[in-house]
Amino acid sequence: MKDTSKVNPLESEAIYIMREVAAQFEKPVLLFSGGKDSITLVRLAQKAFYPAKIPFPLMHIDTGHNFPETIEFRDRLVKELGLELIVRNVQDSIDEGKVKEESGRYSSRNVLQTTTLLDAIEEFKFDACIGGARRDEEKARAKERIFSVRDDFGQWDEKNQRPELFDMLNGQIELGQNVRVFPISNWTELDVWSYIQKEQIEIPSIYFAHTRATFLRDGLIWSADDDVVYRDKDEEVIERIVRFRTVGDMSCTAAVLSTAADIKSVVQEIRESSISERGARIDDKRSEAAMEKRKQQGYF
Amino acid sequence: MEVLKIATAGSVDDGKSTLIGRLLYDTKSLTTDKLEAIEKKSKQLGYDYLDFSLATDGLVAEREQGITIDVAHIYFSTANKSYIIADTPGHVEYTRNMVTGASTSQAAIVLIDARKGVIEQTNRHFFINNLLRIKTVIVAINKMDLVDFSKEKYDEIKADFEALMSKRDYKDQKITFVPVSALKGDNVVNKSKNTPWYTGETLLQYLEKIDNQDIYNTGTPRFPVQYVIRPKTEEFHDFRGYAGKIYGGELSLGDEVVVLPSQTRSKIKEILFHDQKVETASRRSSVVITLENDVNISRGDMIVKANDLPTIDKQFVATISWMDSQQLTLGSKYIIQHGVNKVLAKVDRIHHKINPDYSGIDENAKALNMNDIASVSFKLNKPVFYDSFKSHRTNGSFILIDNQSNNTVGAGFIQ
Repeated sequence: MKDTSKVNPLESEAIYIMREVAAQFEKPVLLFSGGKDSITLVRLAQKAFYPAKIPFPLMHIDTGHNFPETIEFRDRLVKELGLELIVRNVQDSIDEGKVKEESGRYSSRNVLQTTTLLDAIEEFKFDACIGGARRDEEKARAKERIFSVRDDFGQWDEKNQRPELFDMLNGQIELGQNVRVFPISNWTELDVWSYIQKEQIEIPSIYFAHTRATFLRDGLIWSADDDVVYRDKDEEVIERIVRFRTVGDMSCTAAVLSTAADIKSVVQEIRESSISERGARIDDKRSEAAMEKRKQQGYF
Repeated sequence: MEVLKIATAGSVDDGKSTLIGRLLYDTKSLTTDKLEAIEKKSKQLGYDYLDFSLATDGLVAEREQGITIDVAHIYFSTANKSYIIADTPGHVEYTRNMVTGASTSQAAIVLIDARKGVIEQTNRHFFINNLLRIKTVIVAINKMDLVDFSKEKYDEIKADFEALMSKRDYKDQKITFVPVSALKGDNVVNKSKNTPWYTGETLLQYLEKIDNQDIYNTGTPRFPVQYVIRPKTEEFHDFRGYAGKIYGGELSLGDEVVVLPSQTRSKIKEILFHDQKVETASRRSSVVITLENDVNISRGDMIVKANDLPTIDKQFVATISWMDSQQLTLGSKYIIQHGVNKVLAKVDRIHHKINPDYSGIDENAKALNMNDIASVSFKLNKPVFYDSFKSHRTNGSFILIDNQSNNTVGAGFIQ
């Protein structure tokens, strides 16, 4: 590369945002889920501070219902890159009686993460939490700022957001408040996949086609893991060739039928796809305003 | 892939959200599940058509009132471009969102309801797009289906709008008119059979043809230092790199530079993009620069070419767009964030306020209310290194921050 004229403007924007976080806040943290978006964030953070190390730790809020492949991947990545990782468990919040496990057909620990996350923010006094949310994912997220201020209770006041002008980011907050930061706000799903391809970033194997024991419900394909995902007796388990487009909690992330076994075919598939990424997320289908409600309560 | 950011502006019920929904639908950017959700909701509301505004009005309050109250970002792409639409509300009380949306856009779509024609809001939208020096404006005359696709009506509105144009400050703005029906799809993506008298192109065709003239492209190179990188590892023991994004023009190895505010001269030694060494840092890329000499540089300093200095001063006059419910008053103090640099500022003089209907100016204004646009002088506690907004969109703009609430309360364009 002779000059930087061909550098992706979205990549430069994300690097700029990472640097603003490091400069404007005392205790930032990168929220890491083991999914492709947060893995992309780690790469962008590396680029932003090279040749120095990433000047903040990663934190994973572990629901205990993650795909095992994700956890293995997480631990390996952290070791290889020499990063600091903090893990806080939803199970501990349940054991301490702070949250109650959901039961029944659509039970999930996805919502419970919020309490564990807010407790961890308070424990470490984090003033900025970097996340991989994108505006194209969901319509409430389309209104999210790049620097999004949360109050003492972690809540999002969607009607009273700070205007964000030019590319100037106002990170001034009061004690007790924190800012959620979204460096890849303006990326689409395809942008993320194309970037993973171009940068040859390693991602967990469940993003690629594999054989899995699954069952069908409401037109979606679920992983048959009886310890984590509720299944009726009459919901039949069948082995299918599937992959995951988004990786969240096992109990709320459905698979898609796919034979895309490498990054090139995944990018091709996304390009041609007619169902949006969050279409496979049951947590958004609970109601039309599901995401907005969860965000107001402090969810990512 | 080129990325084009577009701001949309219109009044309540102009059908702005519908137009965006139509763009998404006709470019096949709405996925099956999103489309199903729209079909379901439209039916539930008792409509006999698909209400595409449901695709963009993301907040509960918006769906309840059927209006857009905050800037939403919508993404779609065609074979040759990626588009980001900043959908900004048309309400009088939400003008600040319009300025916000326009501040990062290269193009704008102004919507006019064909039944109502050019109204006060249209005036406002046009004025703001012109103030922010948006290069390309497309005037979409919407709801043509409700005026029987009348050429006379279209011509009349066009003439009214052209009368507004004569008053504009930024004369190089390119303005195009398109008769559309967002609801029915005429001339949005596909050419309409209902407007045989219209020989121009569809809205999307115009967007596709826009040269992706970057908003940060104008002006000479300015490199505000965001962050100083000091690895302090064995391999990079003495490394001292200045991280930042380059605005306007480019900087190359060996360039003679001056560091502001110290005015120290040096030369560019290295330019890094991640671990790659490059010869030239091009506009809008995030790079790391090292200099030949040991210079004391911290965040907020600026590296510029030695023969091309900005204005260095502790005062300036700027056009302010005020965005807070608390008034801006004479003598009050704010933080000015100019790029990554922050200084304390005091309101020294309010020269004049622009009348809300843009009919003229009020020279006796003592305070600014939300949505006011005015010419204001500031005194600063430290010098800043600025250009006029006209000559440099990035280095000529700033935001005002309230010291008590920490809110962003205004935007400024240096005159």
